[in-house]
Amino acid sequence: MFVRLLQLQWKSYRRSAALTSGVITSVFYLFGMLYFIVMFMLLGYGSFYVLDEEMGVDPLRFINQHIIYGTSFWIVWRYFIQKMPVLNIQALLTLPIKVNTIVHYALGRTIFSFFNVSNAFFFIPFSVVLVNNGYPFSQVLSWHLAVAAIVFCTNYINILINDRNDLFYAVAVILVLFAVFQRYDIFDITVYMGPVFDTFYNDPIYTLIPWLVLLLLYRLAFTHFKNRMYLDAGLQVAKKEAKQIQLGWFNRFGRTAIFIKNDIKLVLRNKRSKMTLWISLMFLFYGLLFFTDSSGGLYDNPVWKIFAGIFVSGGFLFTFGQYVPSWDSAYYPLMMSQNIAYREYLNAKWSMITIATSVSTLLGSFYMLFGWDVYAAILTGAIYNIGINGYLVLLSGAYIKTPIDLTSTKKPFGDKQAFNAKTLLLTLPKLFLPMVLYFVGSLFGGEWAGYMTVACTGILGYFLKNKVFDLIETLYKTEKYKTLNAYKQST
Amino acid sequence: MIRIEQLTKRYGDTTVLNIPEMDIPKGQVFGLVGNNGAGKTTLFSLLLDLIQATEGTVKIDQVDVSTSEDWKTNTAAFLDDSFLIGYLTPEEYFYFIGELRKVSKEDVDELLAGYADFFNDEILNKKKYIRDLSKGNQKKVGVVATFIGDPELLILDEPFANLDPTTQIRLKELLTEKGKDTNTTILISSHDIQHVTEVCERIAVLEKGEIVKDLKTKAKTLKELEEFFAK
Repeated sequence: MFVRLLQLQWKSYRRSAALTSGVITSVFYLFGMLYFIVMFMLLGYGSFYVLDEEMGVDPLRFINQHIIYGTSFWIVWRYFIQKMPVLNIQALLTLPIKVNTIVHYALGRTIFSFFNVSNAFFFIPFSVVLVNNGYPFSQVLSWHLAVAAIVFCTNYINILINDRNDLFYAVAVILVLFAVFQRYDIFDITVYMGPVFDTFYNDPIYTLIPWLVLLLLYRLAFTHFKNRMYLDAGLQVAKKEAKQIQLGWFNRFGRTAIFIKNDIKLVLRNKRSKMTLWISLMFLFYGLLFFTDSSGGLYDNPVWKIFAGIFVSGGFLFTFGQYVPSWDSAYYPLMMSQNIAYREYLNAKWSMITIATSVSTLLGSFYMLFGWDVYAAILTGAIYNIGINGYLVLLSGAYIKTPIDLTSTKKPFGDKQAFNAKTLLLTLPKLFLPMVLYFVGSLFGGEWAGYMTVACTGILGYFLKNKVFDLIETLYKTEKYKTLNAYKQST
Repeated sequence: MIRIEQLTKRYGDTTVLNIPEMDIPKGQVFGLVGNNGAGKTTLFSLLLDLIQATEGTVKIDQVDVSTSEDWKTNTAAFLDDSFLIGYLTPEEYFYFIGELRKVSKEDVDELLAGYADFFNDEILNKKKYIRDLSKGNQKKVGVVATFIGDPELLILDEPFANLDPTTQIRLKELLTEKGKDTNTTILISSHDIQHVTEVCERIAVLEKGEIVKDLKTKAKTLKELEEFFAK
């Protein structure tokens, strides 16, 4: 039976719009995958030497002390990105398959997710380097197995807390609190957590504990899933009372306003699109990593400041813009048969992005506390985002063609989170180009010339709007039939 | 109103639609019947330029739908639930369509008031999003939305499916009423030959992508269609 279910999964993957949507996207996807794998491996291999030689600490003890942060961060990260086991449950329920089999399968499949496997690319090279440097093999193995169990634990914790926003925010807040406490020497969690992880290395018998916890979590996740396998329980569609939103103010934008008003409702009324707002907020604070010394000076380089500047104001651009026109996939045929000029439609999306970028830039003005040059980087990033990246997301959107099932958030087994890894990968070129521009500019006149080069490119882009929109419009028109066809498939 | 010339749609080697020539004059109420896979939805999708014809053209008011978008101003369609926006309330959806068709909120309200009977008090002011309505009620929303702005061409795919008996009868009355207007051309597809014979003045039968019958509706048309499909 398991094999049959695997076949189903394989078919749904092979036949998905994402894989059949063209070579370019697939290549980007593979390239990005490879990038992450290589980065993880390099990190796993290199961190021993960096810690040992540069920082003069025992690499294993250091990792053990800080692994608690890694784990919590991993849980938060997964919460946002990892998709829940997608299975068309309703269709299977009345078939002669044991419910237990379905649940075991759905849960078991998650073990092979990128989020588990990618850890192996870090920890295996790291363990190998440990052994090569004279750490006893059996002890390293025991430690390694314990860590593996913990990674799998985060997998099932994620499944358990996925419907519980309150639990998730609790985890996130505690994580931030501990980090702040440690930063200001109030309370250092790592002092207490380090020895716990050391135990797995010192005394292999304790490695059983994380595995037992894993078993327990699996049982919990299993019961959690199984109890919800009824159409009127977990599989039921939750109905919310409709709320009116007053958006008359936008009418001053003319025809474009029709779509802007609709997009605002789209963002606010669907969990999946609402997530873009949360992520934009996260992006807004992302710069703190760069502009404070919490990164240990790793990013103390103007080129990276531009990188951060793009991020701070670009959260909405990357999470929302990237998915134009997929947000409207559920009713794309309606849009295509209505009295709509493509330009108005695209202009509305672009305006949404521009408004959000401007608001983020305003909210980000607290970065001035870190110095004028910091805020200059953010302003430059915003100008570039509006002038160039705003078009680029619309362009790549024409090719993404992954339908978004807005309503899927209401099913416990739908893919529910706001964005997937693939779109994240497509953002890479949008980040590196301004860095290159900055670098070229700075060769001629230092930091400010670099900023000016990036900003001027953005301003130039802004004034070329009509030309670029002509291009995007033609592109959307040629892609129209393919897009309509791709959206017919549900995710 | 509509002119079809040498229209074919092929997927690989399979021809799913092949109509050498067809005219639908202005004001006609045109019914399309056929079994599953006969090509009804394909034809409607081609009329709306949602799929690309392999050969041939569709012209609405002398305009080729695949090269110009002018036809969109006076055409309204409801093919399936991909014509609805799930996260809007029915009212918001009607206003949205109204704005696109340049019909004011007040005029939309006035139009909706006329359909109070049809809605049977299940649609308006219910504080429900369209995605939370039943299939039948969703269909009511979709069908009525096509009436906004008095389009000259209405295209409805299976408008009777999923509706309760009372609503089916009301919809028939509604469409018959609309059909009397010599300015409005209506295209309906259905699996239910009885409904179609009651509403339409002309009925075409599609089979394997070809028009095999094209009838002016008369007293014996229903019998003729029944015999055709009973074979």
